[in-house]
Amino acid sequence: TDEWRLSCINKEFSVCPSYPPVVIVPKSIDDEALRKVAMFRQGSRFPVLSYYHKKNGMVMMRSSQPLTGTNGRRCKEDEKLINATLRPGKRGYIIDTRSLNVAQQARAKGGGFEQEAHYPQWRRIHKCIERFNILQESLIKLVEACNDQSHNMDRWLSKLEASNWLTHIKEILTAACLAAQCIDREGASVLVHGTEGTDSTLQVTSLAQIILDPRCRTIRGFESLVVRVGLQAGHPFQQRCAQSAYSNSKQKWEAPVFLLFLDCVWQILRQFPCSFEFNEQFLIMLFEHAYASQFGTFLGNNENERSKLKLPQKTMSLWSWVNRSEELSKFQNPLFEANSLVIWPSVAPQSLQLWEGVFLRWNRPSKFLDEAHEEMINIIKYNKELQAKVNALRRQLAEMETDDRMQENL
Amino acid sequence: VENVWLLDRLSSRKAALGTLYLTATHVIFAENGSETRKETWVLHSQISSIEKQATTATGCPLLIRCKNFQVIQLVIPQERDCHDVYISLIRLARPVKYEELYCFSFNPKLDKEEREQGWKLVDLNEEYNRMGIPNNYWQISDVNRDYGVCDSYPTEVYVPKSATAHIIVGSSKFRSRRRFPALSYYCKDNNASICRSSQPLSGFSARCLEDEQMLQAIRKANPGSDFIYVVDTRPKLNAMANRAAGKGYENEDNYSNIKFQFIGIENIHVMRNSLQKMLEVCELKSPSMSDFLWGLENSGWLKHIKAIMDAGIFIAKAVAEEGVSVLVHCSDGWDRTAQVCSVASLLLDPYYRTMKGFMVLIEKDWVSFGHKFNHRYGNLDGDPKEISPVIDQFIECVWQLMEQFPCAFEFNERFLIHIQHHIYSCQFGNFLCNSQKERRELRIQERTYSLWAHLWKNRADYLNPLYRSHHSQTQGALYPQMAPCNFLYKFWSGMYNRFEKGLHPRQSVTDYLMAVKEETQQLEEELEVLAERLENLQKSQLNDNKVKSMQQDRSKHLGLSTSNNSLANTPQEYSSDLKSFPSRSPSQGDEEDSALILTQDNLKSSDPDLSANSDQESGVEDLSCRSPSGGGCLPSEDSGKDSDEAVFLA
Repeated sequence: TDEWRLSCINKEFSVCPSYPPVVIVPKSIDDEALRKVAMFRQGSRFPVLSYYHKKNGMVMMRSSQPLTGTNGRRCKEDEKLINATLRPGKRGYIIDTRSLNVAQQARAKGGGFEQEAHYPQWRRIHKCIERFNILQESLIKLVEACNDQSHNMDRWLSKLEASNWLTHIKEILTAACLAAQCIDREGASVLVHGTEGTDSTLQVTSLAQIILDPRCRTIRGFESLVVRVGLQAGHPFQQRCAQSAYSNSKQKWEAPVFLLFLDCVWQILRQFPCSFEFNEQFLIMLFEHAYASQFGTFLGNNENERSKLKLPQKTMSLWSWVNRSEELSKFQNPLFEANSLVIWPSVAPQSLQLWEGVFLRWNRPSKFLDEAHEEMINIIKYNKELQAKVNALRRQLAEMETDDRMQENL
Repeated sequence: VENVWLLDRLSSRKAALGTLYLTATHVIFAENGSETRKETWVLHSQISSIEKQATTATGCPLLIRCKNFQVIQLVIPQERDCHDVYISLIRLARPVKYEELYCFSFNPKLDKEEREQGWKLVDLNEEYNRMGIPNNYWQISDVNRDYGVCDSYPTEVYVPKSATAHIIVGSSKFRSRRRFPALSYYCKDNNASICRSSQPLSGFSARCLEDEQMLQAIRKANPGSDFIYVVDTRPKLNAMANRAAGKGYENEDNYSNIKFQFIGIENIHVMRNSLQKMLEVCELKSPSMSDFLWGLENSGWLKHIKAIMDAGIFIAKAVAEEGVSVLVHCSDGWDRTAQVCSVASLLLDPYYRTMKGFMVLIEKDWVSFGHKFNHRYGNLDGDPKEISPVIDQFIECVWQLMEQFPCAFEFNERFLIHIQHHIYSCQFGNFLCNSQKERRELRIQERTYSLWAHLWKNRADYLNPLYRSHHSQTQGALYPQMAPCNFLYKFWSGMYNRFEKGLHPRQSVTDYLMAVKEETQQLEEELEVLAERLENLQKSQLNDNKVKSMQQDRSKHLGLSTSNNSLANTPQEYSSDLKSFPSRSPSQGDEEDSALILTQDNLKSSDPDLSANSDQESGVEDLSCRSPSGGGCLPSEDSGKDSDEAVFLA
């Protein structure tokens, strides 16, 4: 567009090792300024475009935290860059995925957040999304509870509660809804960041896109979302998805960030069962491949590592396998009907459920549910067949009738 | 009363200003201004409690809680008006005489014959015939014909052939409220049966020869088994406490060949408090996940549901797998016993999982056997300690089963919700009073209408699209997974947060599939018509061809291009066929049913609330999405057509 450009500043991964070679930035900001901004953001993850909302031209940016430190450093270029994303006279929202408290503590380590005084056109909102070991412990507790064979109803619910898993789901979804709301309802641009900008930031920006953009709810669209926001944007899959829930060794970097994201998608899918082209199985498949896969897609922590490992040359891509029609049919949602609208999920506790397809997969009988799914497919298949038949007959009739008329005319 | 605010429970921002009316039967809130003039109707009989809260700057808040789990918050500007409304509602919500209830004034514009037909829809004698009774082992007994033996039992009772009137009367004297053992369900494949009664008056050592003979007779009616189970659905402690009052349970030593079993389902007071606690959780404003799960856990509600299910499963297994007859009782044998017998029947017999069968089941195990509807559901002003959500729990058990066996039931969730609604609404006469005797004395069938006829008329709205009569889930008995099954029981937001539409899935699979099925049917019909037309045309063309074959050849090229034109026109024709599409709104079935409250107030989106809880705010707007269930009005008709066109043009 007129306002945005592709920048190859990161071609050799020289500016930001965890960014892809090409990023989208405001047109008015040149590469020199970008270099300066990169110095001011943790891990050099300067603000880049994550999503452009066609409907009103608003955008969602993402980055890492600014390195303000305790003495309130500032960076003119950074301010200029993010202001460049605003329309004249408009305000924007900065969604910090940490609580105010955590963000303030980060200053001691050189990090921090945008001060109102230096970013007067931006309003900062703090949302508390947990990180790393807290999430990992939550997952371990949840899986433990799910595998518990005792018959006591009470203990089940309190264990579910104690795992806090659904609390995390609720928080992530709420932040994503908030970002989507700012863009679609308030007509404001949004910048999302946490600390490194590689975890909660990516969860929030990708979920917001699922809410806002119908394309992300198709199979291809979702795949490209995972590639763009997950893989290219440098979510460290290798570090986060090493061990899963049964590991006793405490891996420092292990965290079910991607699983939480998929769970959130499942929650939205459950509330809008007709708006997604893919089904639950598709999400489960991605979850499995993120942890253990014969494909190279989820290896490495960022594009840089992947290109060093020469993964594209050495391994097969998961997508090329999934997108073959015989695989694809397993992942298609029979109820799908393209829905071009923004979908607003409910995040009330009553509306969120445990993702049984993943967590109770081996503990619950799924026969009857599978049968129901099959039934659905058959109902819709039969309907489509009939439609085709009716169409064919109609065409035939129309042809014959016109033939008839022609003959009469002659 | 004018200028009243109706507050939205989920968000303080969405309040509606309007006028409040009190009529003889309803509370009506009509919104000002808006073109549609949204109205909220609440039947007086649905009102469970009214609470006047401290006056605020805007006025005097009034909180109305309904038995169908709707909560209405009003703010009335004048304190005096508010007090008047409060006093009137208290009076109106607590009728003293049956004649004041809505069903005596409700008139669905049916003539006398239609009304009688409606009452005949469910016929219990026919039902026992369906089970294969009377037969060699079971017969109908007229011992209770004038309610002479037991006034809470029906006049027609099925008992073992070998149980003489002397045995029955003797046994009845040894049972609480004289509720002697009688047949509830008979399995014709293996002769095993489910019988029900109240507790025996055994105290610490009392015996009764006739009662022992009665149980013996039940055992003999099942030649395939040499013992029967006696299931006491109470916790053992409660049953023992009853012995001190001269009641209690069967002593295995006194009865030959029984196996005695306790299944601990708590009493009506525990259940009432449990529901109360759960509803408090549902009413929380923007609760955290922990608040919600803790609250749900502390209410114990799902634990109680599981206990009832476990009892039903135990009995169903005894009957189907072991071929052993079961006698079920609790204290009086009209609450827990009804729950457990009906859950077991539902598991055993696919007929009860059809729409008609479910009506029969409620008539059989609840209405005819004297479940005290009036006391339990507070239709008339009475002792609040008698109120308890007994049948609500049974209805929830059915829902839990529907979640586990999606193809097993002919009806859908909406059917259950509407039945629950009408148990409290008093709009139909079915659930009035505490027993058949009282209903006959009131001449209910002559003076009121039957709910079953009403539901049957609208059955298209209550169908489960996944149900097929030849599906494996609709054959034989259902066996829910026993262990580990805690997590199989889920919170039912469709019921307990029924009026908070914002919390529910935004698109309903059921409604979507029903619409598809309906379209399929139309396509089938159209296919037939087209095939016929085609055949006719071919015939006539055949004739023509003989004459004009030369000309036809020449016109072929031209003909093709015109036919393409007409093809492009077809979609429009096609979509007009679909005019009859159902509007897929959940409340549609009750359009004339004023009792169902059509609050579609989440249609309007307000300016979003950014800082605080974006959550529910943001959830609201989407009704513009074409969710088939929608909030009711705008959904799918147009977009349905669109999508069909798209398919067509592709």
